[in-house]
Amino acid sequence: MALLSNTTVLLGKELRTEFRSRELLTTTTVFVLIVMVLFSFSFDPTSEESRRFGAGLLWLAFLFAASLMLQSCFLREQTSDTLSALRLSVSDPFAIFLAKLAANTLFLLLTELLLLPVFAVMYNVAVLPTLHWLVLVFFLGSLGVSIAGTALSAISAQARMRELLLPLLLLPLLTPILVASTEVTAALFDRSPYVQWKGVGFLAVFDLAFLTILWLLGEYLVEE
Amino acid sequence: MKKSVLSAMVVLLLLGVAAYAAFFVAPTDAKQGVIYRILYLHVASAWTGLTSFFICFIANSLYVLRRQPRWDWLGVSAGETGLVFTTVVLLTGPIWAHPVWGIWWTWDARLTSTFVLWLLYVSYLLLRTLVEEPDRRALLSALFGIFAFIDVPLVFGSIRWWRTQHPQPIIMGAPGAGLDPTMYRVLFFTWLAMLGLMTLLLRQRYRLEAMRGDLEIIQRELEAA
Repeated sequence: MALLSNTTVLLGKELRTEFRSRELLTTTTVFVLIVMVLFSFSFDPTSEESRRFGAGLLWLAFLFAASLMLQSCFLREQTSDTLSALRLSVSDPFAIFLAKLAANTLFLLLTELLLLPVFAVMYNVAVLPTLHWLVLVFFLGSLGVSIAGTALSAISAQARMRELLLPLLLLPLLTPILVASTEVTAALFDRSPYVQWKGVGFLAVFDLAFLTILWLLGEYLVEE
Repeated sequence: MKKSVLSAMVVLLLLGVAAYAAFFVAPTDAKQGVIYRILYLHVASAWTGLTSFFICFIANSLYVLRRQPRWDWLGVSAGETGLVFTTVVLLTGPIWAHPVWGIWWTWDARLTSTFVLWLLYVSYLLLRTLVEEPDRRALLSALFGIFAFIDVPLVFGSIRWWRTQHPQPIIMGAPGAGLDPTMYRVLFFTWLAMLGLMTLLLRQRYRLEAMRGDLEIIQRELEAA
């Protein structure tokens, strides 16, 4: 119970910090937008082609954006020296991770939902009929990215060249998420869309597996 | 000194016998001809690499729990050794694939996951170079090593489910597939020889890392004095 209330308080803090400046959300959104435009030059973006490549494009853009967005997650605590205070304020350090990963999932999901209509218009892909399933895939995918990303950002924040290091550590680790999310999204973009339950299940397993390791290792990640 | 020379000679002998067996004892493959003999280097290296990464994972976990430097030393040694054997796999793979499949590389499950595995451990070693303080470096890299190792089956599963375009595995694959019994025996012997080489490399690397650790302590004491 203490875990839940600690997490809620910390989540409130994360959200307040972000929504005061909205720096992360704005930069990430613009970044994904740029990637989307640039990707259009790498193939002929007709509706047919976009259906084939769109899902992969979208998820690559999300992963790159996430690897940038997650940088600041622990760096902010490091630079303002608030990590010890955070640790002292909670009984279980897992609450810090839960709050941060919930906030990151939310930010990612917001960016994705904001840019989905733009993508749909620019690449001529119908998203409305399967919107609720897309939201589910975006949620499961972003959750996985945030769990692994929050953990690794706690690692990279303590190293040199951290801005470069996080994508190097994170992106290969996220291969399963990229493969599964892309496949499920591609099936939803199909001319006769369908839900690929195998992929949805796989994403859930990934999320659960990484959440478990994070729960086991969390306290070591923020150790002094 | 004497002991290490002796063990190096034993390993060299094992490797020699393994090479002889791979070229002259194992029968030639009916379909692929002589080129298939690279299997003994390729598959044995792959198994040895995985064994090494498994040792790395155990060492990483033990370091997180016990905080003794020796587990850190073993972790980095096993990580590097595993990377060497995996590099051999990635190099011999295309050499074998080109005459047999007609292409150097294909994005199938085992190739891609081996490549991702290789990348993960490159990142693991890279992370170690970017953290100065020894205890912190040991802890952070151990934690990343655990994440990376848990990720491997997920990487393999995801790619195998969605991206495979290549025939069923021959060893431990579908019923009906399989190797000739002599081929199996030679393969297992080659693996044994490779494990010997791995142990040798691991020991040398571990000693080097231990000396480095001692050196770091001495340097620190000197700086403090």
